[in-house]
Amino acid sequence: MPEIRNYTLNFGPQHPSAHGVLRLVLELDGETIDRADPHIGLLHRATEKLAETKPYNQSIPYMDRLDYVSMMCNEHSYVRAIENLLGVEAPVRAQYIRTMFDEITRILNHLMWLGTHALDIGAMTVFLYAFREREDLMDCYEAVSGARMHAAYYRVGGVYRDLPDQMPKCENNQFRSDADIARKNETREGSLLDFIDDFAHRFPGLVDEYETLLTDNRIWKQRTVDIGVVSPEKALDLGFTGPMLRGSGFAWDLRKKQTYAAYDKVDFDIPVGQNGDCYDRYLVRIEELRQSARIIKQCVKWLRENEGPVLLEDHKIAPPSRGDMKGDMESLIHHFKLFTEGYCTPVGESYAAVEAPKGEFGCYVVSDGANKPYRLKIRAPGFPHLAAMDEMVKGHMIADVAAVIGTMDVVFGEIDR
Amino acid sequence: MTENVKSMSAERHEALADKLNEQFGSKGCSVTYALGEVTMIVPRDALHGIALALRDGEDFLFEELIDACGVDYFAYGQSEWVTAEASATGFGRGVEAVSAEMGEGAERFAVVYHLLSVSNNLRLRVRTFADADHPIVDSVCDVWGAANWFERETFDMYGILFNGHPDLRRILTDYGFLGHPFRKDFPLEGHVEMRYDPEQQRVIYEPIKLDSRTLVPRVIREDGFQQDEQTDNTDA
Repeated sequence: MPEIRNYTLNFGPQHPSAHGVLRLVLELDGETIDRADPHIGLLHRATEKLAETKPYNQSIPYMDRLDYVSMMCNEHSYVRAIENLLGVEAPVRAQYIRTMFDEITRILNHLMWLGTHALDIGAMTVFLYAFREREDLMDCYEAVSGARMHAAYYRVGGVYRDLPDQMPKCENNQFRSDADIARKNETREGSLLDFIDDFAHRFPGLVDEYETLLTDNRIWKQRTVDIGVVSPEKALDLGFTGPMLRGSGFAWDLRKKQTYAAYDKVDFDIPVGQNGDCYDRYLVRIEELRQSARIIKQCVKWLRENEGPVLLEDHKIAPPSRGDMKGDMESLIHHFKLFTEGYCTPVGESYAAVEAPKGEFGCYVVSDGANKPYRLKIRAPGFPHLAAMDEMVKGHMIADVAAVIGTMDVVFGEIDR
Repeated sequence: MTENVKSMSAERHEALADKLNEQFGSKGCSVTYALGEVTMIVPRDALHGIALALRDGEDFLFEELIDACGVDYFAYGQSEWVTAEASATGFGRGVEAVSAEMGEGAERFAVVYHLLSVSNNLRLRVRTFADADHPIVDSVCDVWGAANWFERETFDMYGILFNGHPDLRRILTDYGFLGHPFRKDFPLEGHVEMRYDPEQQRVIYEPIKLDSRTLVPRVIREDGFQQDEQTDNTDA
């Protein structure tokens, strides 16, 4: 009788369903997984160390590049930590803008997750649908910040600028017919808020479309139901947050429990799973898409009715307007000092967390009174999730690895930092 | 309404600080409440026991370890820009080191744990110090499963060892990496660089050729920033 040995399989780092650069060493017994050992760090850029060498504001763009599918949520956590140290708070209008863009970001992230997760386990169409909507949301990003993804829009003390009055229109080009362009421009006649409002009203119907493709789909259920089950106790022990924790039955959401920005002024519900398997986490995220649209509608309504500043008037922290700079010596000095030296924070430490689409994204800032952080620790939600890989795939078949990686919604920008 | 939520959270956390003081004050822990956050400094040898008590104690129930990270206090309060050389009086806003006793000997490294109680809606920061020569701290892997990777990362970045960790390997740095990159005496640009060598037809490592330079932002600190925020900015 031949000797039976365990087989070691190297999954990634160039595997399409490894979501970037995950190297997974799998020990197999036949097709069953005995042990999974993720090797991470292939995308490590030492963001935290880089931030220690730059004034606070110059690190905001690094935050976009951490979890590069939920850009503004990362910025939010970082600016909140610094605001906490400085003891300042952004104006109300900025809080609403942040809330709205956090939710736009959540939709962006969940659409990316939905598309790739479905693609990984065999459904092609959802991916195309999801990316169609992502395009509209990225146009919103572009309208406020000029960048489609790495926005760097949030600032300590508010946001960089107010929402534009005119949504930029698509221009004619050789790749699209005029009729196509005209159709795209239909919703872009008004302001950015009109465009977002239209999207928020349109979006629940689109979520129904994704659901027709997946929710009752027999293959989808076979691939996700009872796969990667995490018990509530285990979820806490492993440090799960966000949809991963809610999928296991905890109604824990920082937006409600430790509220920030304008989340206490808007209505929304927290979806909770029951079984803690991949299918429940799918349902939780789908419902979050609907809830996000609901929050966006309320923010749009408020933002239409209320004017106000979007950045603090304290020019030690936030720059004066360009107009003031031309005529006022003090403003010019403020501008110069702010962009060369930045601002100092008092000695102390602060941890600020936001409910990012993937879970709790937190920044821990230690300040020694200088104009740059003494230590910045980024708490990425995906890190403890991926750490639970071994726990979650043990005993499953090799094909389920793709389902479990998908359900964790890992992005290596944040895990490797 | 936000104010209301904030004050409720402040109340909860002040009560937590009192309870922690009551229960662990005698064990050499010091508890501070600042900026709405509670910090407890724990003596190194008591860490494991206190971690268990924090997880299981009725008043605490910190079921989740949100984060664990290292801090290197080696250069705390110092600046790499020597202000005295710039002019006779130095820069107007360069001030002396914040605290001379930090960052040396027994208190060079710290491990900081961020805990979360889902049942009681509380947060707590626990800090324990490790000395510069033999930074060893007890592992809390058996208390919170999430500690496993966080401790691996702390070991990788700072070289802090965790007593009782089941699998203390490097995690974020390259295979075969030397040194602990987040220590303050590790240069930002590193020690080696990597390139493809067409002659040997493989990737090779070489000593780095970049020069260290101070980027635009020199370290500044404002005189009496905390006492008086209206410091005149225009004189520097």
